[in-house]
Amino acid sequence: MTIKEVQDNIIEEFSLFDDWMDKYNLLIDLGKDLPVIDPKYKVKDFLIEGCQSKVWLHPVYDGKLISFTADSDAIITRGIVALLIKVMTNRSPDEIIATDLYFIDKIGLRQNLSPTRSNGLLSMVRQMKLYAMAFNAKNK
Amino acid sequence: MKEIDEIRADFPILSRKVYGKPLVYFDNGATTQKPNCVLDAVDEVYKSYNGNIHRGVHFLSDMSSEAYENAREKVRSFINADKREEVVFTSGTTGSINGIAFSFGERYIKAGDEIILSRLEHHANIVPWQMMCERRGAVLLVIPINDNGEVMLDEYYKLLSSRTRLVSVTQASNALGTVLPLKEIITAAHSINVPVLIDGAQGIQHGIVDLKEMDCDFYVFSGHKIYGPAGIGVLYGKEKWLSEMPPFQGGGDMVDKVTFEKTTYNELPFKFEAGTMNYPAAIGLASALDYVSSIGRENIATREKELLIYATGRLSTIKGLIIYGNSEKKISTISFHIKDIHQYDTGMILDKMGIAVRTGTHCAQPVMDRFGIDGTVRASLCFYNTKDEIDTLADGIEKVKSMFA
Ligand SMILES: Cc1ncc(COP(=O)(O)O)c(C=O)c1O
Repeated sequence: MTIKEVQDNIIEEFSLFDDWMDKYNLLIDLGKDLPVIDPKYKVKDFLIEGCQSKVWLHPVYDGKLISFTADSDAIITRGIVALLIKVMTNRSPDEIIATDLYFIDKIGLRQNLSPTRSNGLLSMVRQMKLYAMAFNAKNK
Repeated sequence: MKEIDEIRADFPILSRKVYGKPLVYFDNGATTQKPNCVLDAVDEVYKSYNGNIHRGVHFLSDMSSEAYENAREKVRSFINADKREEVVFTSGTTGSINGIAFSFGERYIKAGDEIILSRLEHHANIVPWQMMCERRGAVLLVIPINDNGEVMLDEYYKLLSSRTRLVSVTQASNALGTVLPLKEIITAAHSINVPVLIDGAQGIQHGIVDLKEMDCDFYVFSGHKIYGPAGIGVLYGKEKWLSEMPPFQGGGDMVDKVTFEKTTYNELPFKFEAGTMNYPAAIGLASALDYVSSIGRENIATREKELLIYATGRLSTIKGLIIYGNSEKKISTISFHIKDIHQYDTGMILDKMGIAVRTGTHCAQPVMDRFGIDGTVRASLCFYNTKDEIDTLADGIEKVKSMFA
């Protein structure tokens, strides 16, 4: 699936629920599917700043594609990270850098996260793109 | 005392819904909601007599200046300060403490001097002192707290010495709710001629504050936490200190004579009020203080105590819920953690049920470190809250537990 297709799927999945509680239950469930980071990477180097809860994100680059594993100490955050990873994992650095993440707005996550929290979300996206740029730079 | 329904009707925001649910506002420690009279007072300034204070010869400026000075007098009488000259308006508690830390430091602090704070302080009563200490080569000492979240007076007494220049402590902890033993703290400091600053940000809205009785040297608070507008605060200082201390900001209105060689400063309190002050907010604050007086400060204290006891009882029955801060003397603030559930998750779900609480470290990281936790959920109640709302919170917490089980 393309990045666009994955995002559209997520939007559709969330559109089934009107009630916020149901959306959060979905996030909680999604959090359970998160490809969890190896505990040895749960260290400061992989900690993302700017979130109310702690988020660790670890990239692996096989020369073509980047895959991510992650974890958070808060379950809702873990769900949000799981969504991001669904969209962004196993993509080339160029794809990741170019991605326009419209699904966050569409499922109402941005409006319903306060600026500091949504900064947390933005920091995660920024970190993914930074990793992609770093891998790209190494390539060239 | 007014009936609770009548009181709630004074606060228009309390009847709104969030996410389709009735708002339960339990974040009064962060900021309080405003009664109609405050909104009207601020509106009235801009609608009918707005003019810059102390500047113009014209009608509007005169009228604004008079209302602003009346607000100062209202604050003076509310806190029972000796003189209106001792009441300085600022932007808030943070502005007040930064101002005092700077000016007091400039005037009285040299290398090796010591300032005593408590472990319960808000960052606003830590960072300005660290900045000042760094500048002047002084040292910060910290009164430890026990497992109940109370300051340890015997340790405090040991910290006092001939090097102590100032003691600065909060009236009540924003993170745990603990009320500090101010009488003991102030008496001990005064016995060796050390002045005391009280951070009243979490104190003044919960009961009677009588500075003649308390006898602290400085007292500061924020308007927005006592039902007044944001952007206004109070710095009270005994005249003997304020008259000796240099200004912390320079500009218009705070000066007597300005030449490029030398400027002499205006008299108190104007020496500390440089530039255009937030006079509409000061006028709004005066209205808030009137409102609080009309409800009755003893009534407020009694009602909040009732709410605290009810909420503590109700939350204590929830399995896996731990309350941090178990002092006998508390404001109506309850900080808690639910076993195995991150405070952020709790806060997010409560929010979707219309319940506003605060989560995180509450700008008091040293308190969290003391208990080895990285945050709590905090429900801070005030007199317009109800037992029904507390039940809603308790039910909400059960729901959170079932979702994250
Ligand atoms: C004890 C205490 N001190 C200081 C402050 C800072 O107040 P402000 O942000 O209004 O300056 C607060 C606010 O949360 C507080 O609770």
